[in-house]
Amino acid sequence: MQGLTSVEGVLVLVLIAVIAMAGVIYLALSSSTTRRLVISTTTSLYDTGVLDAVGAKFWQQQKIDVSFISAGTGLAIQYAQRGDSDVILVHAPSKELPFLQNGDGVNRKIIAYNFFIIVGPMDDAAKVRGLSPLEALKKIKQAGGAGVILWISRGDDSGTHTKEKALWKAAGIDVAMIRGESWYLEAGAGMGKTLQVADEKRAYTLSDTGTYLKYLKDGLISLQELVTQGKELLNVYSVIAVNPSQHPDANFQGAMKFIQFLVSQDGQDLIGGYGQEDYEQPLFYPAVRLLQENTNPELLSWIRSYAYFDGSECPPQYRYQEGALYEED
Amino acid sequence: MVEAIIEGFEKAFQLILSGDPEVLSISARSILISGTATLLAAAWSLPLGLVIGVRSFRGKRIVRSTFNALLGIPAVALGVILYLALSRSGPLGFFHMLYTPLGIALGQAILITPIAVSFITSAIESVDPEIHRLAKTLGASETEASFAVLRESTGGVALAVTASFNRAVAELGVALMIGGNIRGSTRVLTTAIAMETGRGELALGIALAIILLLLVAAISVLMNVLGGRR
Repeated sequence: MQGLTSVEGVLVLVLIAVIAMAGVIYLALSSSTTRRLVISTTTSLYDTGVLDAVGAKFWQQQKIDVSFISAGTGLAIQYAQRGDSDVILVHAPSKELPFLQNGDGVNRKIIAYNFFIIVGPMDDAAKVRGLSPLEALKKIKQAGGAGVILWISRGDDSGTHTKEKALWKAAGIDVAMIRGESWYLEAGAGMGKTLQVADEKRAYTLSDTGTYLKYLKDGLISLQELVTQGKELLNVYSVIAVNPSQHPDANFQGAMKFIQFLVSQDGQDLIGGYGQEDYEQPLFYPAVRLLQENTNPELLSWIRSYAYFDGSECPPQYRYQEGALYEED
Repeated sequence: MVEAIIEGFEKAFQLILSGDPEVLSISARSILISGTATLLAAAWSLPLGLVIGVRSFRGKRIVRSTFNALLGIPAVALGVILYLALSRSGPLGFFHMLYTPLGIALGQAILITPIAVSFITSAIESVDPEIHRLAKTLGASETEASFAVLRESTGGVALAVTASFNRAVAELGVALMIGGNIRGSTRVLTTAIAMETGRGELALGIALAIILLLLVAAISVLMNVLGGRR
């Protein structure tokens, strides 16, 4: 405990005090800036880096500082329910509806879509390559039961996890049952980590396209895309403002500006163009024009049946001071 | 896999040597936030440690062992509790401290208080009790006598402060739960390491980890060098 002379000890204390004082001043300055906008979002959107680009462009146009809190869809929604965020950016329609119904959120807009993929090891021991998603899951369960392969689930209540459970159910398989079986593992982690676990264990998993392509390109995984076709794999991203009548502290003005930016031509171009250079294909497809002008009837009908509530992306009772957001309806 | 690590190290040193602005600002933010936490913790731990160290009172042993028991409090556990308290719908929500640098500083200050108090108390108890008695014999008041003891234990107190800072700057749970890892605002070394490794940016993760290690090591070496000169 000893060893320093008093003078040296005092010097060290003074040094630390000076650093700390500088810290206090810095913190005081940084927290007195204008009101920021807190957006809780999903890891699959954040980890690709698209939101940093969106945030920078939004700052350019509106001078509103955006803070992204990256979590699974389940957690992102809980943050908003506690009043800790102003906007959510998520991809689980079945979780979004209760969020609107409880009065926590208003003014939902569908902003983008892409497709989930089932990935697995090169040798594809379950023989699922090119099958329909539901057929593939049935085969995976068979092979898993026979002890040939492993399946890694996100297991974190995220949008991807929600999708995975819905897919098992659609294939007529009880998730509660297979959860107890030894071939079905839960990573309890984000998409990137889950892909790494699957790669390490040479297992199958459900992934979003963006994270998969990024990890593949960076040489972090060698998993193959095995099942990529089928409307069951549709992945729809929505933005929802936190309802100011339920959460008076929420930054509703900022939230509406952010939603308007996302559905604007600039915002949609930014989302649709992101990743083109690096991956030679877009990571996300803009949805606003598709929904307005019905440029792809088959896809529109998929989105309608998967992500619409009562035939609308946001039924009128869940709208609040929405301005011209839905005027095309 | 070994290749990836080596490559990571190479890129790490490139980033550090080229003065990458993102890496530098994250490091500076870590030092400032944890420095503030240390100052806050020292502000209430010094008087507390002094009282526990110098005076004798009923329940002193219980107080001491409570602080010792809290030395290993998991940062994540504290993070959850503080998150619930500081949340807009929590009891302290009106402070609007969640997702702010000041919120992290406060959380880390609470986290390191047991370390600061325990180390300071030990430092003060290791001072010859004669000094306290002698000061009073020479006509010093109780407060003046306590300050005489504090002066004698500067070395130990400085060590307590350094250990507290090291714990604050190296913890993840509080910074992640209270700060939310917001870019340019609450992203510190530990949260950035967790995120970058999680999203596959291993080189950046390793670079930040090296900086964190260097920072903690530099402070410990500084203490040793200063201490060894006597």
